[in-house]
Amino acid sequence: MNPITNPESTTNWYLFLSCLLFSIGVMGVLFRRNALIILMCIELMLNAVNLLLVSYSAYAGNTDGQTFVFFIMVVAAAEVAVGLALMVSIYRNIGSIDIQSLNKLKW
Amino acid sequence: MDNTMNLLNLITPSMMIPIFPLLGFLILSFLGKRLGAFSGWVASMAILGSFLCSLNIFLGLDGQQLNYTIFKWISAGDLQIEFGFLIDHLSIIMLLVVTGIGFLIHLYSMGYMHHDEGFTRFFSYLNLFIFFMLLLVMGNNYAVMFIGWEGVGLCSYLLIGFWFKNQAYNNAAKKAFIMNRIGDLGFLIGIFALVFHFGTLDFMDIQNQLVSFESNAPVLIFITLMLFIGATGKSAQLPLYTWLPDAMAGPTPVSALIHAATMVTAGIYMICRSNLLFALAPFTLHIILIVGIATSLFAAIIGIKQNDIKKILAYSTVSQLGLMFAAIGLGAFESSMLHVMTHAFFKALLFLGAGSVIHAMGGEQDIRKMGGLNKSIKLTFVTFLIATLAISGIFPFAGFFSKDEILAKAFEHNLLVWALLSISSMITAFYMFRLLFLVFYGEFRGTEEQYKHLHESPISMTLPLMVLAVLSAFGGFLGLPAVLSSTHQLSEFLSPVFMASKSLKVEAHALTHEQEWLLMGIATLAALVSIYYAFHLYMKKKVIPENEEALSGLSKWVANKFYVDEFYHKVIVNPMLILSDLLLVLIDKLVIDLLVNLTALIVDSTGRIYRLIQTGSTGFYLIAMVLSMVIVMFIQIIL
Amino acid sequence: MEPSILFYLLSAMSVISALFVVFSRSPIYSVLSLIVCFFTIAGHYIMLNAQFLAIIHIIVYAGAIMVLMLFTVMLLNLNEDVSVHKFNITKLIAVITGGLLFLVILASVKSSTLLTYQAPPNLNIGNAQDIGMKLFTDYLLPFEISSVLFVSAMISAVLLAKKEVK
Repeated sequence: MNPITNPESTTNWYLFLSCLLFSIGVMGVLFRRNALIILMCIELMLNAVNLLLVSYSAYAGNTDGQTFVFFIMVVAAAEVAVGLALMVSIYRNIGSIDIQSLNKLKW
Repeated sequence: MDNTMNLLNLITPSMMIPIFPLLGFLILSFLGKRLGAFSGWVASMAILGSFLCSLNIFLGLDGQQLNYTIFKWISAGDLQIEFGFLIDHLSIIMLLVVTGIGFLIHLYSMGYMHHDEGFTRFFSYLNLFIFFMLLLVMGNNYAVMFIGWEGVGLCSYLLIGFWFKNQAYNNAAKKAFIMNRIGDLGFLIGIFALVFHFGTLDFMDIQNQLVSFESNAPVLIFITLMLFIGATGKSAQLPLYTWLPDAMAGPTPVSALIHAATMVTAGIYMICRSNLLFALAPFTLHIILIVGIATSLFAAIIGIKQNDIKKILAYSTVSQLGLMFAAIGLGAFESSMLHVMTHAFFKALLFLGAGSVIHAMGGEQDIRKMGGLNKSIKLTFVTFLIATLAISGIFPFAGFFSKDEILAKAFEHNLLVWALLSISSMITAFYMFRLLFLVFYGEFRGTEEQYKHLHESPISMTLPLMVLAVLSAFGGFLGLPAVLSSTHQLSEFLSPVFMASKSLKVEAHALTHEQEWLLMGIATLAALVSIYYAFHLYMKKKVIPENEEALSGLSKWVANKFYVDEFYHKVIVNPMLILSDLLLVLIDKLVIDLLVNLTALIVDSTGRIYRLIQTGSTGFYLIAMVLSMVIVMFIQIIL
Repeated sequence: MEPSILFYLLSAMSVISALFVVFSRSPIYSVLSLIVCFFTIAGHYIMLNAQFLAIIHIIVYAGAIMVLMLFTVMLLNLNEDVSVHKFNITKLIAVITGGLLFLVILASVKSSTLLTYQAPPNLNIGNAQDIGMKLFTDYLLPFEISSVLFVSAMISAVLLAKKEVK
């Protein structure tokens, strides 16, 4: 039950899972029009990367990967705070969060 | 050992000679507006510095040659052209003349151009001109000489068209430059031929290689003919002379400097510098003789009927240059150089005097409206009289000795040549005294206010006149003929330069002393006869030249300069204009415009298409971003 | 070796909840499914011997960030704003692009070689002591700078969301 006994194949499965989660996140970013949900899908992408990093850290027997995940979490938290503030500001100015309404830079 | 040490000391002064005018030009171009009236002094002091350095070298040269390289300029395979200076006795004479007379003309210009708004620009151009002329004279190979050659052409254009607001003056400047260019083409072909046959352009190297050539070799004839074409353009010989009378559109100091003393003598200097080359091609020398005689007579005849004071002097310059070229054609290089020197003195004096007259008349240049000025502007009159006596060849003024020497050499050569040149000298004396009598004697024919305006020029203008008068009076003693003294100063001075060519010259029978006295007597008598005829016509009978409409027949042809300008215009200029119109339609509109418009069209349409990517919708941008990433990674995998 | 049942279970739950995040109609449902996803990923972390990280993950993400998002959703009253799911070309292209990206990433990672580590598996990693050692010795500078990052994020959030004083 311990995935550490055979690290290589375990890492492959995690690689697959991570790529799947990442592409689902990308799909969400492209698919949805609600800016808040896009933000959440970006969080999903970040988490996929985190997962991969932790799995490699376990494979290498090294805590460096986990430390890196730590800092990614820091950045994600800060980014969400600022992003949400931006969202609120946009809502106040335009009245909706729909990204289709942000099309003033048309040719 | 002592001599070489002496020479090394001279290198620095010799490098300073062209640097002073160049510095003057740079300072005046950038700071001229702020210096204002002081710029005249800056320019004059620069030329004075060059003159003093030339004097220093003159005193220290002592028969040797200063030949050194400053830097290697072109190095292409076997061809090495360096940028260097050669100063020997020939160059030092030219240097002294150029810087000395240049300095006097700078002083004169400070007074003449005092009220002009382009005062600083004038002096910067003058300094630039002197710089290029010095390069021309000091270069040690044809390439450096050509730099100076082109440079003086450029400065001539700038200075002739100095009052650029007048379109006619601009046209005159263009004409000068373009005619010079036609000659320069010949010069360039000559330079190319020199490189091809000699592999070098250095004067000394070519002279050393010439020992292996025989006389009248076709190569040498070709090269010398091409070089002579260059000289024709620059020194205004037939048929490239029409720019010089038109160049009188420039300010009078410009005419004095460029078209009397320096630029027009560049052709003669060039031929004297290549004297061995020309001595080995007697065929070219014959051609030069014919062209020189023809020019001399032609211009003298035209000068009889001219009515503008400066145009008369211009035609007399062309005529005297013809005389100098005839001297070269006779193989008498030193005589030609002597005449260059004396001509520089009295022609500069004549032009500056004419400027003084024009200044006194408030801008009037037509001699029919002048007269009786000897009472009002005495100093100008006296100096002008001295110059006129010099140019007519009256003993003991400068022109007498140089002309007499050329006539003597002509007599040794061929009686017909002597006769033609003597006729030309007679006509010269005639129209110069015509000028003198009409301007300075008789009654005043101008308007009332011009009469009130008459005044002598300021000291800045009259001082150079006086200095030049002294030189015109006594400058001839540098070239005393054999009968009067045993040493011909200039000939001895220049002998190391012309030694090789002299040995080649077939010595015609030298003149005996009696023959020389006879020739001098005949020349003086002829001059006095023409002066008396002019006196008779314009003082006794008080003939005033008529207006152009009243002429007919031969007089009309002469007064209209034999219609040479109109001929050139019809035969050369008009076909050019038609050709350029044709090319305009064919090539300019069809080909070039098409290409340019096509390029613009391509850019425009691509832009239009790419513009559509900017839809403005964020969703689209996101998709595009991810899609591009996919494509890049895809390519990465494939490759 | 065969992955364990737990792995399959957790992976399935995370994938399904991720799909819910993307394809659900209401934003509240998306937020809630994302929280479920985070929990499953925390489970993965525990399986990978990263206990400290798992707890931190739950506290920070599920506890703080998602709560913040819920606040915003409530604040902006987005629950009523149901985006019309009419089927247009953009959505199709989006799905296709996502799928392509997945394939390409997988292919490019698979085509690279994996570094092999010969060291025996270290069971001491992942606890608080180890991460603490790493943070305060090797990665001290990023640690300190992240505090600056937080300060700037706080300041910018306050500034951006401030109401204009009329």
